[in-house]
Amino acid sequence: MVDSITLGESLRRQGVSRRGFMKFCAATASMMALPPSMVPAIAASLEKARRPSVIWLSFQECTGCTESLTRSHAPTVEGLIFDFISLDYHHTLQAAAGDQAEAAREAAMHENAGKYIVVVDGSIPGPNSNPGYSTIAGISNYDTLMETVKGAAAVVAVGTCAAFGGLPKADPNPTGAVAIQSVVKDKPVVNVPGCPPIPTVITGVLAHFLTFGKLPELDHLGRPVAFYGQSIHDRCYRRPFYDKGLFAETFDDEGARKGWCLYRLGCKGPMTYNACATAKWNLGTSWPVESGHGCLGCSEPNFWDAGGFYQALSIPTSNVTRTAAAAVAAGAAIGIAAGIANKVKKSGAKAKHQTVTVDQLGEG
Amino acid sequence: MSSLTLERGLYDLKAAIDAPIASFFSSCVHCGLCAEACLFYVETGDPKYTPIRKLEPLRRVWEQEYTLFGKLKKLVGLSKAVTDDELEEWKELLYASCTMCGRCSQVCPVGNDIAYMVKKAREGMVSSGHAPAPLVGAATRAVKIGSPMGVKWPAVQNQIKHVEADTGLKIPVDVQGAEYMPLLSSMEIINFPEYLGALAKIFKQAGITWTLASKAFEATNAGHQIGSSDIERELVVRVVDEAERLGVKFVIGPECGHAFNAIRWDGPELIGRPYKFRVLHIIELLDQLRAEGRLKVDSKVTERLTFHDPCNMARKSGIVNEQRNLLGMVATNFVDMPDNGIHNWCCGGGGGANSMEEYEHLRLKAFGRKRWQLESVEPELLVTACANCRLTIEEGLEHYKMEIPIAGLTEMIAEHLKEDESAA
Amino acid sequence: MDFLLWVRGPAFNVAVAIFVIGVVARLLEILLLGRAPSHSEPKGSQVGPGIAEIFKRSVPLPDIVKRGAVTLVGGYIFHIGLFITIFLFVPHIEFINSVFGVRWPGLPNPVVDAVTVVTMVALVVLLVHRIRQPVKRMLSTSEDYLTWLVTFLPILTGWLAYHRIVNPYPLVLGLHILSVELLMVVLPFTKLMHTFTVFISRWYNGAIYGRRGVQS
Repeated sequence: MVDSITLGESLRRQGVSRRGFMKFCAATASMMALPPSMVPAIAASLEKARRPSVIWLSFQECTGCTESLTRSHAPTVEGLIFDFISLDYHHTLQAAAGDQAEAAREAAMHENAGKYIVVVDGSIPGPNSNPGYSTIAGISNYDTLMETVKGAAAVVAVGTCAAFGGLPKADPNPTGAVAIQSVVKDKPVVNVPGCPPIPTVITGVLAHFLTFGKLPELDHLGRPVAFYGQSIHDRCYRRPFYDKGLFAETFDDEGARKGWCLYRLGCKGPMTYNACATAKWNLGTSWPVESGHGCLGCSEPNFWDAGGFYQALSIPTSNVTRTAAAAVAAGAAIGIAAGIANKVKKSGAKAKHQTVTVDQLGEG
Repeated sequence: MSSLTLERGLYDLKAAIDAPIASFFSSCVHCGLCAEACLFYVETGDPKYTPIRKLEPLRRVWEQEYTLFGKLKKLVGLSKAVTDDELEEWKELLYASCTMCGRCSQVCPVGNDIAYMVKKAREGMVSSGHAPAPLVGAATRAVKIGSPMGVKWPAVQNQIKHVEADTGLKIPVDVQGAEYMPLLSSMEIINFPEYLGALAKIFKQAGITWTLASKAFEATNAGHQIGSSDIERELVVRVVDEAERLGVKFVIGPECGHAFNAIRWDGPELIGRPYKFRVLHIIELLDQLRAEGRLKVDSKVTERLTFHDPCNMARKSGIVNEQRNLLGMVATNFVDMPDNGIHNWCCGGGGGANSMEEYEHLRLKAFGRKRWQLESVEPELLVTACANCRLTIEEGLEHYKMEIPIAGLTEMIAEHLKEDESAA
Repeated sequence: MDFLLWVRGPAFNVAVAIFVIGVVARLLEILLLGRAPSHSEPKGSQVGPGIAEIFKRSVPLPDIVKRGAVTLVGGYIFHIGLFITIFLFVPHIEFINSVFGVRWPGLPNPVVDAVTVVTMVALVVLLVHRIRQPVKRMLSTSEDYLTWLVTFLPILTGWLAYHRIVNPYPLVLGLHILSVELLMVVLPFTKLMHTFTVFISRWYNGAIYGRRGVQS
C-alpha cells in the first residue's frame, strides 16, 4: 500500500536530523558528479518526494544483489531511503507468499500505472528458450517481465545478470539466458551491473530518479556514467606500480605483500568500469584489489567467459597450445604434400631438359 | 626453326631452382642494399641494375611454380607470365651489368646469394635463345676449336718454342704420371706468354714434376660464362679425361678467375662425381711452395705496389692470404687498397662481361670504382692474378689516362727467383 | 566487450591456426626442394660457417653503412624496437608464458612506451624512404606497402591502448589484438616470412661460402 507521506516526513519520523539529511544530499550530489549548487535542489526534491512504488522482480539470480543492497551493518540514510521506497513486491523481503504476493504486485501495477519503477535482478530465459527453465507461479520469467514493465516508468536492471546476462549466460548458457535490455525495448532501462553492485550506486540512481524524474546519463552499455564512467585501472591506487612495472607474481610473494599491481594475477581492472576503486565496499572499508585479489571484471558483459580470473588480460581465452599443435600437424601435411609436388615438378622439368649444344646456339 | 624456345628456357629455370633459391626469394624484403654493393649501380646511379631485380624472371617462375600461394594466384589469373620480350630485356641485366662478382651476396642482410642465382638464371636465358651473341661465339669456338679465342694446339706449340728458347728450359707435354698439370687460358697464351716461362722457372726451382696436356690445355670455360651447364660440362670433361688419363695428382688453374671457378667448384658437380685428382689455383700452389721453403727469391720489387683481388679467387674461393704472403716475400712496399681482399670491387669484366663490346661504355663507367680504389693508394704498380682482370683494368686505365703498369703475380715471382746454378 | 572477447577467443584461434599452418607449410615447401649434393673437394666446412653467418650477417660492411645508412639505421631501430615492445613488455610476457610456459623479466612500462614511439617514428621514416629512394621505389610492390601497414598497425594500436587514448578500453584493446591477428594471417604469404626464412637463407649463404673456404 502506498502511503501519502513525503520522504522528508518519513525520515523525520525515523529520527533523521535535518543535518543528517543534508549530509546525505551532499554525498549523493558529489557521487553523481553534480556541483555543490545542486545540493539545495536535491534536498528540496527529496523533501517533497512521494514514496514511489517499486516492484522488484527476481529471476535467474542468486539473491546476492539483494544481499548487497540490504546488508547494512549500521543504520545508514541509504538504508532508510531504501526503507522509504514502497517495495510492493520482493521475493526475499516480502512477508506475503503465493497468490497473495502476486495479487499485491498486480494491485501495485494497477494503482500506480505509468509511475512505478521495476527493478530486476537475475537474467531470464530468452523468448526462444524453453520457458520452463524459470517460472514463478507457473508463469515464465519472460512473460512476467513483459507484463510487468508495460505500465512502468523505468526499468532498473540490477546486477550483471539482469544487465548483461551474467552467470546463467556464461558458456554453455543452458537456459538460453538473456539480458533484460535485450527484450525490453520500449521503456527506459538503466543497467546497474556488478556481481553484486555497490549499494551506494543503486541508491544514487534512485535518488537521481526521485530528484529529476528521469534516469541519469548512461554510457554505451546503459550504465550510469557517474558510477561506471571510469575504469578500475584509472582509479586504482596500485596504478603507480603497474606503470613502474612492479607486479605480484603469486598471492604471497614479496610483491603481493608490498601491495604491487595484480595484473599478472589476472586483474581485469583495465577493462572494467565501476566505482569500486573510489566508493569501495562495506561503507568504504576496502575493495578486492586493496585486499590483494585482482578485479574480476564483474560489472562487464560476459566477464565469466573473459578468460580465467587468474589469467592476465593479455592471455587469450582460447586453448592456443592445442590449436597450435593441431596446426603444426596440418601445416606439416600440407607442406609435405607441397614439397612432394615441387620435387615432382622439378624432376619433370629436369627430365624435359634437352642438352644445349653450340650448334643449337648457332641457329638461335 | 630454332630449337631454343621460351618453353625450354622455362623448364630450365624450373629445374635450376633449389631450396637455397627458394629461401632467398622468400627472405628478400626489398631493402635495396644489394644495389649499394653493385659497382654497376654505384657508378651509374641507375636503379635498374639493382642485383635482386636482375632475378625477377627467375623469381616469378619460382613463385608461380613452387609456392602454394603463387600457384593459387596463377590459377585465378593474377600472375604475370615470363615472356620472350622480358628475357630479351633482361639480357643486359644478367650479362652486361653483372659479372657474378658476388659482392651483393656478401652484403644482403638476409643472406641471399644473388650471384649464385644469376648463374642459375643464365641457364634459362641460354636455352630460350637469349644469351648474348658474343658469348655464343666464344662458346662455339671453345667447343669446336678448343678455345674461345680460337687458339689451337699448334699455336700453343709455337709459344712453347719461344718460351723454351727464352728460358732455356724444357716445357713437358703429355707426360704420364707427372704430379702437376697446369692449365692455361687463351688470354695468357696470346697476351701474356711470359706466364708459361714463369711456370717453368718456378717449377724447376721447386723441383716438381709437371706437364701440359695437348688435348686439354685450355682452362677458360665459355660454358661457365654463358651459364650453360651442358656446355660447361663438355669443356670440363676434356680436362678431366686428360688429367685422369695422364694420372696427374694436381690440376693447376691459371691466373684466370672464372676458369678456376669452373674447374675447381663446378666440374665435379657437372660430372656427378669427385675427381681422381685435386685442383689448386696457381697462387695457392705457389704459396704452398713458399711455406715449404721451396721458393726462393734473391731480389725484390721496391716500387709502391698494390694488389687487385680477382673476385673468383678471393670472394668466391677464399684465396686471400696466399697472394699477400707471396707479395710479402717478393715486395718491400706493398699497400692494400681500401675495400681489399674479399671486399674488393670487381674489375667489371668478369663473367663474360668483357666480351660484350656493345656495353663497353657501361664497363668503363663502372670502372670508376676501381679508379677510386687506385687513386686512394696511388701505386706505382698494380699486381693481380687474373688475365681477364688485367685486360679489363688496362682498358680502364687507358680510358681514364692513368699510367699504372700492371703485372701478373706469378710472372713477378719468376722474375725475382734465385738463379739456379744448374739451370740448363 | 563482446568484440574484445571475440578477438581474444575464436578470432585468435583462427589466426593462430592460419599462422602456424602457413609458416610450417611454407618452410617445408622451401626446404623440401633440396640441394644437389656437392662432389667438389671442400676447402672449409659448412655447418660452422653456416651457423656463424646467421649472426655475422647482422654486422654490415663499412661502405654499406655509409651508402645504405637510412635503411640500415632505420631497419635496426625498427627491429630492435619491435623486439623490445613485443618481448619485454609485461602483458606480452604473460601471453607468451600462457602459451609456451616460459617467462622472463620485463622492462618498466614507461621505457617500453618510449621505445614504442621511437619504433613508430622509424617505421614512418622507412616508409617515406621507400617511396622516395629510387632503388627501393623501383623494387617495391603493393605487397611492400601492405606489409608495412600490417606491421605498423599493431604497434600503433598497442600504444593507443596502453595510453587509453581511445575509449572505451575494450574497443581499443580489441583493435590491437585484431591488428595482431591480421599480421599473423598475412605473414606466411608475404615477405614477412623472412622472420623465419632469414635463418635458412643466411645459413645457406654461410654454408656455400664456408665450403669454399671464404673467411668473412
